[in-house]
Amino acid sequence: MALTLFDKVWNAHVIADLGGGTALLHVDRHLLHDLGGGKALAEVSERGLPVRNPELTFATADHVISSAPGRTGGAHDWAQVLVDSLRLESRKAGVRLFDVGGDEQGIVHVIGPELGITQPGSLVVCGDSHTCTNGALGALGFGIGASEILHVLATQTIEQRKPRTMRARFEGELPKGVYAKDLILALIGEVGMAGGVGYALEYAGSAVRALGMEGRLTLCNLSIELGAKVGMVAPDESTYAWLKGRRFAPRGAQWGAALAWWKTLASDPDASFDREVELDASGLAPQITWGTSPEDTIAVDATIPASKPEALEYMGLAAGRPLAGTRIDRVFIGSCTNSRLPDLRAAAEVARGRKVAAHVRAWVVPGSVGVKRAAEAEGLDEVFLAAGFEWREPGCSLCVGANGELVEPEARCVSTSNRNFVGRQGPRARTHLASPATAAACALAGEIADVRDFLA
Amino acid sequence: MEKFTVLDATAAALPTPDVDTDMIIRIERCVRTPRAEMGRWAFEMARYRADGSENPEFPLNRAPFRDARILVAAENFGCGSSREMAVWAIAGMGFRCVIAPSFGEIFYGNCFQNGVLAIRLPAPAVEALLETLGGATAPVRIKVDLPVQAVIGPDGTSHRFDIDPLRKKALLEGLDAIGMTLTREAEISAWQAADRARRPWVWP
Repeated sequence: MALTLFDKVWNAHVIADLGGGTALLHVDRHLLHDLGGGKALAEVSERGLPVRNPELTFATADHVISSAPGRTGGAHDWAQVLVDSLRLESRKAGVRLFDVGGDEQGIVHVIGPELGITQPGSLVVCGDSHTCTNGALGALGFGIGASEILHVLATQTIEQRKPRTMRARFEGELPKGVYAKDLILALIGEVGMAGGVGYALEYAGSAVRALGMEGRLTLCNLSIELGAKVGMVAPDESTYAWLKGRRFAPRGAQWGAALAWWKTLASDPDASFDREVELDASGLAPQITWGTSPEDTIAVDATIPASKPEALEYMGLAAGRPLAGTRIDRVFIGSCTNSRLPDLRAAAEVARGRKVAAHVRAWVVPGSVGVKRAAEAEGLDEVFLAAGFEWREPGCSLCVGANGELVEPEARCVSTSNRNFVGRQGPRARTHLASPATAAACALAGEIADVRDFLA
Repeated sequence: MEKFTVLDATAAALPTPDVDTDMIIRIERCVRTPRAEMGRWAFEMARYRADGSENPEFPLNRAPFRDARILVAAENFGCGSSREMAVWAIAGMGFRCVIAPSFGEIFYGNCFQNGVLAIRLPAPAVEALLETLGGATAPVRIKVDLPVQAVIGPDGTSHRFDIDPLRKKALLEGLDAIGMTLTREAEISAWQAADRARRPWVWP
């Protein structure tokens, strides 16, 4: 029988069929973060349950830490308690922690792939809905809740009901100023934020094949914003070349054995999907959101629709007018969506030799220490600093509002993150999601701007 | 986990689609508020005004919904972040059952981990319930019968719902998921031993 990529990876992890379409699956990689990791480890310990496979469990500090230069830990008192608890409990349990101040700290979904912890065909879970990001390498990654974290710590397994399959094809060459972020925002706009509920999504097509790994990570990251818990790209030569030599990637003879298996994972040519959608990538313009859901997306040169009056009121916008030209206050380039080296390069290309508008506070927050150092080696930090951006330390920062870094009430922020929900970046904060290049263009213009006007 | 069999209780209506878990509980509350107090902060941004008083415009503040234990909601309820505190907050408000046409998937799974029954009903059935409840001036009761998998509306209309048999059993018997999986320890060990030979690179 013809199988999809998702089917093959799922089947490789079934320990037991529990009936009713539910299986007990093996977890190859369990990622913990500071928001709940320490508490979860303490709770299993209190219940007298040892962490079953600490060697398959990895922890990092990202959600509650400050991104201010010179930071050492939690952004404030209660955040410090969470970071300290993660340090203590991971040491007690024998779980590897990528701590603040270390060489490998970063946002969980940035360092998982970057360190080679995430691999093609692996099953990855984390108490964070953007675990779907890891699917870019052909892994089966999905977010879990606090109870499920305890279950994984104690048993190294997870119960899951098998979802249906969906394939999104992006065909054609990306026009100037259009990136992976624009592709996925356009897809969410097309199918809606519940369009993928109940599906494991596979991204395919010539535009996806042409993307580098970082672009694929951006694509998969937003799968949950269209309701799909899982988003995957079949591994290919780009994947293997990107992964080889990374710290936890297979080595020596094991690399060859792993590669032989990975090459069998792509969906069979005649595999069928429960739902298929296709988007012409070559016809897209840079995308930006105007409302309070990632589905509220338009081309940057389009007019604001009238479909959601409540969202428009929250955002302080009027229907029928162009979105471009709207004055902004903040710019955030970062998050598990868009904080990797090519993201920073794209933003720097726009910012080089120009100045951030005087009334805008613009931040660049690299996704990991690894990304930060690589960017500094290329001089990107100097490009940003010279243009008037702040160059900060790796973490979730302004995406999540859990670290004291917030957008002020009614302030307008162009953000490369993944959620423009009501209050997400702070009470009454107004968020516009866009690509790093578009965000940089907006910072320079001081208003919502078309990045194509800034590119040669 | 508390058992769930039949719940005959007052119902409340929240007709907004795509209610995300950030709206249900703000991230700061997730980490700073003890679980037992989380109900107070459920839907904080919509439920309270800037001065801390209740917002009369917010549906769940309406008098007929005060002692509700069943929440009827709109499409894609609980989408977004994986935070399980969204379920704790809703349970903290008194809800043991949420009925909607569709749910955010992680939220849906988290409900069952906490003894909260999440029920998917066809959109027209949910719309009818939302309409009845929205127009009510006095408390309206709904009966949720898990053993027979039916929701009986205020007018006596019965709607059958589907539920995963494992989840049904766990709710009916109040089972602990970790305890159940630990009984399969031998199977897990055997699978891992075989996997070490099959995929040695997975094992650091």
